[in-house]
Parts: sequence; structure tokens; C-alpha cells
Amino acid sequence: MVEQVRKLLDRKLKNVQELEQFRQTILKDKDASRMTVSVCGGTGCRASGAEDVVDAFSEEIEKQELQVKIEFKETGCHGFCERGPVVVIGPKKIFYQHVKPEDVPEIISETILNGRVIPRLLYNDPATGKEITYESDVPFYARQTRLILGSNGEIDPEEISQYIAAGGYSALTKALTKMNPDKIINEITKSGLRGRGGGGFPTGRKWQSCRTAEGDIKYVICNADEGDPGAYPDRSILEGNPHSVIEGMIIGAYAIGAHQGFIYVRNEYPLAVERTRIAIDQAVDYGLLGENILGSGFDFRITINKGGGAFVCGESSALIASLEGKVGEPKAKYTHMSEKGLWDKPSLLNNVKTWANVPLIINKGADWYSKIGTAGSKGTMIFSLVGKINNSGLVEVPMGITLREMIYDIGGGIPGGKKFKAVQTGGPSGGCIPEQLLDTPVDFDELTKLGSMMGSGGMIIMDEDTCMVDVARYFIDFLKGESCGKCTPCREGLTTLSEILNRITHGEGKMEDLQTMEDIGEILNIGALCALGRTATNPVLSTLKYFKDEYIAHIKDKKCPAGVCRELIEYEINTDKCTGCGVCARACSTSAITGEKREPHVINKGLCIKCGACFDVCKFDAVVKH
Amino acid sequence: MDNTLDLAAIQAALESSAARVEALIDSYVDKKEQLISLLQDIQAEFNYLPQETLVKVSRKLDIPLSQVFSVATFFQSFSLKPRGRHTITVCLGTACHVKGGQRLVDKMARDYKVKPGDTTRDERFTLETANCLGCCALGPVVVIDGKYEGQVTPSKLDKILKNYE
Repeated sequence: MVEQVRKLLDRKLKNVQELEQFRQTILKDKDASRMTVSVCGGTGCRASGAEDVVDAFSEEIEKQELQVKIEFKETGCHGFCERGPVVVIGPKKIFYQHVKPEDVPEIISETILNGRVIPRLLYNDPATGKEITYESDVPFYARQTRLILGSNGEIDPEEISQYIAAGGYSALTKALTKMNPDKIINEITKSGLRGRGGGGFPTGRKWQSCRTAEGDIKYVICNADEGDPGAYPDRSILEGNPHSVIEGMIIGAYAIGAHQGFIYVRNEYPLAVERTRIAIDQAVDYGLLGENILGSGFDFRITINKGGGAFVCGESSALIASLEGKVGEPKAKYTHMSEKGLWDKPSLLNNVKTWANVPLIINKGADWYSKIGTAGSKGTMIFSLVGKINNSGLVEVPMGITLREMIYDIGGGIPGGKKFKAVQTGGPSGGCIPEQLLDTPVDFDELTKLGSMMGSGGMIIMDEDTCMVDVARYFIDFLKGESCGKCTPCREGLTTLSEILNRITHGEGKMEDLQTMEDIGEILNIGALCALGRTATNPVLSTLKYFKDEYIAHIKDKKCPAGVCRELIEYEINTDKCTGCGVCARACSTSAITGEKREPHVINKGLCIKCGACFDVCKFDAVVKH
Repeated sequence: MDNTLDLAAIQAALESSAARVEALIDSYVDKKEQLISLLQDIQAEFNYLPQETLVKVSRKLDIPLSQVFSVATFFQSFSLKPRGRHTITVCLGTACHVKGGQRLVDKMARDYKVKPGDTTRDERFTLETANCLGCCALGPVVVIDGKYEGQVTPSKLDKILKNYE
């Protein structure tokens, strides 16, 4: 019914004046005295129960008839996923974490109606032991520059009017009325924007070659096949602010002369797919997509294509093959995609983050944008700071910040007083960076120099309990499974590497294996068909370079110093600490643990399968691993 | 309680399901390039890709069966085998891996006798693994029938699975 009424009211904005009028109407109707409550509805917070919090707020607001007093919204990802569900109370942005549905009536009666802060829901800074009231004072946020992610906590992604109220689609207006395609491309080139999906190719140059490529039919494509394990900035942008990507794509299409766009998004991101679909439908309803956009005479449509769960499809030519309905195998690139891409037509492929940067650059100008960042890498980059780190979540920082600042100032260091070991960047194409290099500024070129790469923004922190040989084995096994199998170096090289690494982690390695692995790395580097194959051995080469002693410990001493590789460790019960509570014996699935009640227990090593269940459940640290 | 099978109802359900798939395939007839989307839609209907539907897709869309089959086997999200009542997806992304995601897969093999890609004998659970579900800050992550669970330990997994019969 609602849908029918909506259709009857034709809300198509016929020109840029109507868009501006619409924006002014929304802003005028906005009551500045209203309190705002924004609950994070990203996948992370939802996993922690945000949907129940949203329901509790809706019910309570209705029950107390506070609709006029409170502007309530469920937004996209706020970034601090580990503290979810996150609730922010505006206008001052009081930051509440780990909120439960039962906290909601109190938040309304205390904070919203009486202006009193609830200390128990505040973030407690482990560094000072103090509670922090406002979002901007939380160290996790204080050191960030949230140009792209900033709106995520402000707007309801399923309501286009909120994006428009926040200045959305004004870059499109500017591009359509005050700029021509050459000027747009010139601005992007001058900004120094580089592709955010991996390699960091200059975006302006890509646009230019696509514009000059011959052909009447051209395409723009958004690569949202965020397959790097440990990275999720793209998911968060599509979930939290899909219109920023759509606006970027319309501007790109106008600049190169394309009329059809595709968003290729992972099937593993159902919420991102759903919100993008809603955003596209609303943009069509408002005349921002479709025929004669804002009366400019320019037509452009966007279709969503869901990926099938293949890592290789993040590679441009494999993605194209998949878009064409074929198996996602890369092709040798004799010609550039910008000349011959999808169905052999000139195609402009950019990553989600790259597209989201476009409206910003058009609005604020290349001069402003290029002041942020380093000489070779401009703007900000979004990282998912995850793994063994206190404050884990999504972080947007200017290029050039050091790894140390990221990990200690924003991330709050390593939990449990453990020692930092390495930071892994760039996904399976990247590498592991050790402690002594933490003062390296983070940008495209510096990370490449260290044998890693920027990739899609994954930053996984590893501590003393992480085995670097196991990490290398993990990535190689991952890539072996994901290799499309088309070229021999990648298919056979990864299989051999996997065999070697599995042998080493089982204590059956030989010293000459280390040289063999380096040789295979070199072969892949020169011989593999696509970029994913050429960089596939980075996880091995970088761990060999910085953590060779761990490999040697596995091979010569048959020991796993981090206590991870199952064949090389043993579990034992410390009889001094064991209270005989029997919890471990009940957790043991092979009945390997025996002992009298209230007497120290023992592990029968012959029966123990080293699953670690006893280690997990012991509250007295009596189970030891060595 | 009435224990007899309502054969007519089952027959009707099967037919309506077949009709829906038929209509689905028809809606893709001039969209050959969207083969992957079509297969995803079919899988959403049956929970897997039945062999006869692949043949139908091939005939109606005029795509060689070998190509349909290669696409159906290339992408991880497709299954050619029927699945259990509940699908458990264990994330094995890097962040989940360093926090012990593999131990959840080991636990499933040990206690539920099921390997990734397979279904328990009682058809209660199908176990899958994912390269990354993008909830890295909450690792290890497990998704059961679309519901996300964060910071899952082997013992917590037992408790969660009790809710799924």
C-alpha cells in the first residue's frame, strides 16, 4: 500500500533546482532542538544484538510518545565494531557501548529526558582508567580523519532524503552543471587519487584512457567483491552510505560517457546487497538514476550482480568474466580494460572506496584533497584493524600515519599484556611486517617496499601467540583453494608450497625447504598470469624474511614457539595449580583427562588429541601448553 | 496427532516449487549473462542446485550444460548436494584464523562428524566455511541460518547449536 502511494506521488526531481529545493525543504523542517539517537545497524553490531536494541528503542519511543522529541535512526557501521551494539546520542554525541535492550528505557529516561549520562555504558579508556563521555574524545575516534566513514553514523542508509540533507548528490549537481567531462577527469587526476582496491593505479589516468577509448558503448563497474580475508571497509560503506558510491559512479559514467553501470558485490554480504538495492531504487524514484538525470539529458542505470564466493573474482579480468556469466578466470591482459573490458567494450572498474572518494573530490576540489596524505598517496585510507588488538574495528586515517600510531594510539595496543609480533596487511597478496618496522608511514609505496601492500585495507595484528609459519600456511592453503587453476605456476606452485608448509608445521620440514620456497616465490612472481598469482607468495616470502627463526625452530628443534602447531605441542596439567574441579575432564572428548575429585588431574598423552578444550575451560591456568 | 502423510499437499508443494523455478528460469531467458544470479535464485529456492534444474537452465537459456556445470562448481557458494536443515558457516578469514576459527571446524568434525561442504547424517547441519564474512572485529565468527554469532569458542558453539533442531 505504502509502495503504491509512493508511486502515485511522482517524486522525480526534474532538474538541479528541484534537488536544491528539496534539500532546503528537508533542512528547514529539521528541528535542531530534537535529540538524535543513532543505533549502529552494521553487520558487526547486528551480530552483537543491535536489532533487539533498535526494536527496544522503537517500542519505548512509541510507548512514551516521544516521536516529536527524538529523532531515532538505525545507521550503518560506526566502526568500533568490537564495542557493539553502539548507540550515539546527539547533538553532543554521547557514546554508549555494549548496549542491551534492557538499557533502553534508562537511556531514554536518564540521558534523553534528563540529560544525565549513564556511566556504566560509557567507554572506559584502558590507558587512563577513565570513562569517556563523547564519541570524539574516545581515542579510537580522536585520531581518525573520517572523510568517507563520517556520514555512516549520521544517516539512515535506507532513506535517501537523509543523504541529500547531508549534502548528498551536490557533487553530481556540480559535475552536471558547472563542469564538463574533461574538467571532471582533470580534477580527479589533480587530486592524486589512486585506486583503493589493491595496486593503487592512478584513478584519473584510468578515467582518461577510458574516455578516449573508441566505442559508443562503455561501462562503469564497481568492484565490491571484497575477498581479502580480514578486510571489510567496502561492506561497511555499502551498508552505511551506499549513495556515496552511486553518486561517484554517476559522475564517473558522465565523465567517460557510459550509460550502464554494474556493482559486483559479494554474496556473503547480504545486508550490503539489500541496502545497495534499496539505494538504487530510491535514486531511480528521485530521478537521480535512469533517463535524463536531473534534466541534464544524461542517462545512466546501475545493476547489481552478486558474486559467487570466489576470491579470484576481485581480479579485474576474472570479475569481468563473472559479470559475463562465465567462470571467473583471469585473462592475459594484452589490452587494457579501459579499452576492451566487459563484452569487449571500454570499461571503467574502480573499487567501492575509490568511488566513494569521488563526490568528496568534486565537492571540495583537488587542491583541498591533495593536501591530505603523502607525496605519492593522497587522501585517507580505511583499514579494518583486527586480530589481537584492543580496539578493533574500522579506522579511517590520512595516508602517511605510522603503523605504530595505528596500533597503539588508535588500536590501544595488544590485549592481555601480550607482546606484539607482526601486522599483516594487503590480504593474501600482502605480507607480515615486524616490530622493528612499525615506524613506517602507511602508504601505497612504503608498504610495497616492505614486501607487503595496501590491498583492500585489511590490517591484522598478531601477537606472541600467533605462529608465523602457521600464518604462511594459512594464506597458502587459502590461495591454493582459490587459485582458478588456469596457469601452471600458480596452480602447481601453490600446491607444492602448501605441501612444504604443511610438512614444516607437522615437524617434518627440511632446511632445504626454505630455499625451495624462495625459488617458487620467484617463479610465481615472473610466471603467473594475474596479479593475484604474482603476489601469492608474499605471505611466505615476508615471513621468511622477518621470521626465519620460527621456521628454523619448527624444522630443527621440532618446536612451535607460539604454541599453535598441534603436532609440535603438548598439553600438561600443573599439579600445583590444579584444584581438581574436573571441568577439564568433562570438556575432554577423548576422556584423556583423569583424576579424583579435588585432587590434581593428569592428561594421558596417548589419548590426547591436542584440541585445547581443557586449556580453554580451565579457570586456574593449570593447563599448560609447551 | 495425525501421523499420515498428506500426499496431496506434498505433491502440491513440490509442483509449486517446480513452477516457481520454471518461472524464474523464464525471467532470465534473455539475460544469459546473469547465469550466476539465476543459479543463486534457484539455490535460494531449493537450498542446493538439483541436477534437473541445471539441465533446464541449459536448455532454456541456450547455454551448454558443460558451461552451466562449470559455473556451478567453480563458485564456492553453490552446492550440488542437498543440504541439512540448518547451514553453519564458520568464517576462516585471517582475523578469525588468528583467533581460533579453525578450532571450530575441528570441533564440528570431532563432535558432530561433519566436514566442510558436508551434511550431518541426521541432516540437521550442513557445515560450510567462508573466506571472510567481514565481521573481523568479532572473530571467530559463525553464521547459522543467516544469524551472526561473534567471539565463538568451541564450548560456546555447543550452546548455540542446541537452539537448532
